Amino acid sequence: MVSIKDVHKSFGDLEVLKGVSMDIMKGECVCIIGPSGSGKSTLIRCVNALNDIQGGSITVEGQEVNVPNLDKLELRKKVGMVFQQYNLFPHKTALKNIMMAPIHVLKQDEKEVEAHARQLIKKVRLEGKENGYPGELSGGQQQRVAIARSLAMSPDVMLFDEVTAALDPETVKEVLVTIQDLAAEGMTCILVTHEMGFAKEVANHVYFTDKGVIVEHGPPDTFFNDAKDPRTQEFLGQIL
Amino acid sequence: MLDIIGPFFKNLYDTTGWNFIMFYEQYEYDRFVDAMWVSVKLIVACLIFSLIVGFIGAWGQGAKSKILRLSIAGYIQFFRNTPPFIQLLVFYFVIGTLTPQVDMGGYNEAIIGSFGWAVIGMGFFAGAFNTEIFRSGIEAVPTSTVEAAEALGYSRMKSYIYIIFPLAFRVCLPALNNNLVNLLKTTTLAYGIAVPEMMYTANQIWSDNVNVPEMMIVLFIYYIGLVGILVWGMHRWEQKMRVPGYG
Repeated sequence: MVSIKDVHKSFGDLEVLKGVSMDIMKGECVCIIGPSGSGKSTLIRCVNALNDIQGGSITVEGQEVNVPNLDKLELRKKVGMVFQQYNLFPHKTALKNIMMAPIHVLKQDEKEVEAHARQLIKKVRLEGKENGYPGELSGGQQQRVAIARSLAMSPDVMLFDEVTAALDPETVKEVLVTIQDLAAEGMTCILVTHEMGFAKEVANHVYFTDKGVIVEHGPPDTFFNDAKDPRTQEFLGQIL
Repeated sequence: MLDIIGPFFKNLYDTTGWNFIMFYEQYEYDRFVDAMWVSVKLIVACLIFSLIVGFIGAWGQGAKSKILRLSIAGYIQFFRNTPPFIQLLVFYFVIGTLTPQVDMGGYNEAIIGSFGWAVIGMGFFAGAFNTEIFRSGIEAVPTSTVEAAEALGYSRMKSYIYIIFPLAFRVCLPALNNNLVNLLKTTTLAYGIAVPEMMYTANQIWSDNVNVPEMMIVLFIYYIGLVGILVWGMHRWEQKMRVPGYG
């Protein structure tokens, strides 16, 4: 599904990713954890080409990302992304936010898109908020609209970039439940997160990054209970 | 019209000496009404042209091509740093004489007349300010919002049309409002290249009838009215575009 091989990424002289590799299978839910500045957000931004990479290769459903004349539209149809700050379009209602991209980018029929959008609203449990503007919704509600907006493009894989980091503990839960539903339905998910409980419960595989490399990875059971690397132990010791 | 107001203004002149001749004499009335329309047409044309120039300029400022960005920066500097009246004279008397002439049957006329040059000259003048105003609005749109559009598959062109411009527009409307009011008033400079608009015609009327104070009062009232309409319209527009919970 998504294959990342020996990826190198620098911002100027600062090397952020120093040879990162991982493979994500269809239907898997993968969590990437690690301290701030370890390159985890950068890594998933590289998957949908919001950041370019200097070395290595990333393929998404057989499409190579690290090529000069990348068909970005093709890639972005396959990869949905949700951001920490929701980044909804503030001049459009929740429903319109969800409908915009399928109409403008995929040129789908407006009626069908609206029907799909209403289903998605239901799925993220926001019935009744269709006509609310982002400024009138709470953080958790906005984030769920953002998830629905990505899903409206029917992606094959979803990227979540610290989507709960800006929320309070109560709303974190409503967003995580939404993601959990998605994972249960078989959506391929890559999450950058600090929610250890969520990683433990929902992830199929957990990666720990530090200073631009993957220090350790494994299924959540072994990863959380039986970490081998001292750096991982130290990090988990501080959090749990 | 003249039948209704004519007797009042004739009487006013006879009793007090205040001579609003265009309100009771057919010849002056006709050229006054013509001038009102020429002014309105000139203003509308200048506003639209300057907005188009502003859109294109702001779009070009974000382009990849360095040559395009530099030429737009040069355009802005030139038009912002020189007096609009001189720009207008240069357009009409320098560039105008270089454009092809059309045979009108016995005499030649330039392909672009004084009205056309007034629209082009003042459109470019106000367009330079509009470019900067739109740019300020575009820069106020968070890059994260633009990135979200990008991640949804929007091309640069589409994200400008559907996301960046609608948001930028809301931010820069007050500044745009100011500049358009200024442009409206600047159109009186067309007087200098003999466009038969209100200022020019008022001058003709007072030259023929020696009623300068009366014509000045009429000019003020006319432009106060026009600016009032523009500001009212812009204000309505601003309110209509207001988004709950934003800005």
